[in-house]
Amino acid sequence: MIMEKKDRKEFNRRNFLKIVGVGSVTSATTLIGCKPDNRVSVEGGSIGEVPTDRMTYRTNPNTGDVVSLLGYGCMRLPLRQKTDGSGEEVDQETVNELVDYAIEHGVNYFDTAPIYVRGWSEAATGIALKRHPRESFFVATKSSRSNTLESGIAMYHKSMQDLQVDYLDYYLLHSIGSSIEDFHKRFIDNKLLDFLLKEREVGRIRNLGWSFHGIVDVFDYVLAMDVQWDFCQIQLNYQDWKYATGRNVNAEYLYGELVKRNVPAIIMEPLLGGRLARVPQQALNMMNEIHLEDSAAKWAFRYAGTPEHVLTVLSGMVYMEHLQENIRTYSPLEPLNEQEYETLEQVTEILVNSDYIQCTECQYCMPCPYGLDIPGVFAHYNRCVSAGKMLKSSNDENYKNARRDFLVGYDRSIPKLRQADHCIECNECLSRCPQQIRIPEEMSRVDQYAEQLKQRLEF
Amino acid sequence: MLKTLRLTLAIICFLLVTLLFLDFTGTAHTWLGWLAKIQFLPALLALNVGIIIGLIILTLLFGRVYCSVICPLGVFQDAASWLSQRMKKKRKFSFSLAISWLRYGMLILCTAAFIFGVGPLVALLDPYGAYGRMANNLLQPVYQGMNNILAYFAERIDSYTFYSTDIWVKSSITLLIAIATFLIVGILAWRNGRTYCNTICPVGTVLGFLSRFSLFRLTFDTEKCTKCGLCTRSCKASCIDSKNMVVDYSRCVSCFNCIEKCKFGAIGYISRYPGKEGKVVSISTTETEDKKGISRIKFLSIAGLFTFTNVIKAQQLLRVDGGLADIEDKKMPDRKVPIVPPGAQSLKKFNRHCTACQLCVSICPNNILHPSGKLSTLMQPEMSYEQGYCRPECTECSQVCPTGAIRPVTPADKSALSIGQAIWIKDNCVVNKDELQCSACERHCPTSAITLIAINSDDKNSLKYPAVNKDLCIGCGSCEYYCPARPFSAIYVEGNVRHHSV
Repeated sequence: MIMEKKDRKEFNRRNFLKIVGVGSVTSATTLIGCKPDNRVSVEGGSIGEVPTDRMTYRTNPNTGDVVSLLGYGCMRLPLRQKTDGSGEEVDQETVNELVDYAIEHGVNYFDTAPIYVRGWSEAATGIALKRHPRESFFVATKSSRSNTLESGIAMYHKSMQDLQVDYLDYYLLHSIGSSIEDFHKRFIDNKLLDFLLKEREVGRIRNLGWSFHGIVDVFDYVLAMDVQWDFCQIQLNYQDWKYATGRNVNAEYLYGELVKRNVPAIIMEPLLGGRLARVPQQALNMMNEIHLEDSAAKWAFRYAGTPEHVLTVLSGMVYMEHLQENIRTYSPLEPLNEQEYETLEQVTEILVNSDYIQCTECQYCMPCPYGLDIPGVFAHYNRCVSAGKMLKSSNDENYKNARRDFLVGYDRSIPKLRQADHCIECNECLSRCPQQIRIPEEMSRVDQYAEQLKQRLEF
Repeated sequence: MLKTLRLTLAIICFLLVTLLFLDFTGTAHTWLGWLAKIQFLPALLALNVGIIIGLIILTLLFGRVYCSVICPLGVFQDAASWLSQRMKKKRKFSFSLAISWLRYGMLILCTAAFIFGVGPLVALLDPYGAYGRMANNLLQPVYQGMNNILAYFAERIDSYTFYSTDIWVKSSITLLIAIATFLIVGILAWRNGRTYCNTICPVGTVLGFLSRFSLFRLTFDTEKCTKCGLCTRSCKASCIDSKNMVVDYSRCVSCFNCIEKCKFGAIGYISRYPGKEGKVVSISTTETEDKKGISRIKFLSIAGLFTFTNVIKAQQLLRVDGGLADIEDKKMPDRKVPIVPPGAQSLKKFNRHCTACQLCVSICPNNILHPSGKLSTLMQPEMSYEQGYCRPECTECSQVCPTGAIRPVTPADKSALSIGQAIWIKDNCVVNKDELQCSACERHCPTSAITLIAINSDDKNSLKYPAVNKDLCIGCGSCEYYCPARPFSAIYVEGNVRHHSV
């Protein structure tokens, strides 16, 4: 009896609270309801849900493939510490989650290579894709760093095996451009290209193309060959359009040539390794004046996606937030207008006049045999440039803080033994950098800057 | 009143001296460095006449207040003894006779050790050095650990206020000696108060001898005294014979506990030459209760050590992107002559003056100073360049050294002071082993003492070996530290017996 009474009492109280709660929520919603455009929801926050059915697609003129403008780059994948502490491994659950989400929201192009992510990328991508119908995605992989016919064929078979597919939608001659001789050595003299063309004939390669980093002669030469290229992968973004650094070629020229020959372009480095997502404040302000809520990354993706001959824009997305933002950007794509182009030109001006090291953190140089974290060093340096913390002189007003931030941040982001001062100038990395950065020289520059600060020298 | 004053000063001194050993940023010594320099044995070794005279006068005036206030090992014992009484209320002291043969024996031993240059023995007996080793070996890791926790959170909120530091065992022998000192002195103090100070400590013996003649001293008022023995039971130096109303001034450390305990005001701290007014006011206090005590110090075990795996993964046939190469730990080379810091002038002089207090080891921001494990120089610091090198802008150790073992130098002096010689080992050099060019030693040499010389002078693309110009080498170790050869560097520094300018 007492129990019952108590129960009822509690029940009543709970009910009462519930009613009051619902009541206040309803009244609150009614109040807010006065503003019709408010879109606060649990899933999408104030920016709304991520659309699943509004992705912009482009059609491949050669095969009629309908490809999503956002392509998933598997050059960077989420990693985690192994449970036994013996090193790192691919975080497969997260990869699966990201791939599922991407496919659900209209992404259907996945780009990988045998050498990506310490050689783990193809297998991890394969596992994630295997869980989807084969016709729901296009997969692209590459013929990387191989000199003989045998190793080239072995790599090709291994790729199919790791990706768990019996045909490849897109196959690329990986990163050609250092020299015409090198191209001949890798693909012509050993007849590897002939083999690949045959594979295309029998349908195991649906599209054959190449990715380009390097000197313009090689680009012109390969493009003019008596081979029908189904696509070409180039580095394009608003800085590289007219101000390509190192031995890269201006994207304006590359894209123009591809249009002339009706070869669809696949875009890599739309963010320049993330640098265009972290532009200096001054540049960001100029963008914000036009679109207060748009990120710098969105601008860069819109830029890369606007040209009509672009088939897809690759982005290595390790975080769900980045994937969601990029899906939003291209669902659908709002092409850039004249005024926006002009703004980006001004932004480019700021960027090229900044002191950035042109590293895209692609990891091709790694591992450094002497243990340096090359992309890490450059990333720290570039972050300080973006944040406006680089000192021009020891008399600068913010000397004390900027000095501390640089040095403390340096030790935090990179262990001492992997910092720039440990570079021995062996030059092993030089040939591997697709951006043609003189890595040892830049290391020495970063080290000199750090030394100036450590020793409190005047400069 | 007097006890409160003594206690307040003692706690302040103790905490600040401890801070000196904990701080690794080098800021504390700018303000507090003098606290190490007024310690008796360091001042004596540094021939710091002003301070020695000052301490002698202090003792001749007020007795062994040095032992009660300035000496950190003394205050440490008081803390242990106080804790012991808190834990076990019944524990009381009792009067005992002085063990003179041991006291003076130890003093003679210490003097002899100094004269014959047996540095480690002097270092072992120096109370300040003993405390320094405890603070450096046992307390600093805890302090650094807490700092690293703060740094961890600071990093999360993008603050640059704290940065993390490496915690490492600099010398296991010194660590063991520090633990032994802590246990022996701690247990003695826990059981019987100032036993160590009055039987072993050479400084205590010297000051005890002086304090027999001190102007102000404890004096019994024979009229008031009831011989109740409270004073004897409260005397941590066991020096009050209340039955005979006699105080052994050589052992009294002027803590004033007895004055406070005495219910009859029968003990006064008064001048041995009474003034015209007769007796100097005898101060007795009973009203003060226990105030803020010394906070309990927890000694935690040393936080995890950094270990690197030395396994080199089998090279895959296809070179893939990303990842970091393993870096093997460097090993210390077997040096014929130890390297001692710039300012030490010569090994002999250094070894004679150093009391191995570890202050320089605590402060070295480059992790190159660590206590020696050799018997003849046990616990005295040596340099080694596995984790860093003697950076050009740093003169921290020479600024903090209280004994003059490391004389002050400026960065400019240091850049021209040769403390050692770089020696190249061809077999280890990567140019020889891996047949690729390396310029690490040459590029980092601050005096340009290293030149790269072509192996084959006819070949323009010939690999180059480093050549050391002995006239320019200052032994800073940048070449050794930056040498990519592991675990043993291909270029290492041998110490100079006598430092000289280049």
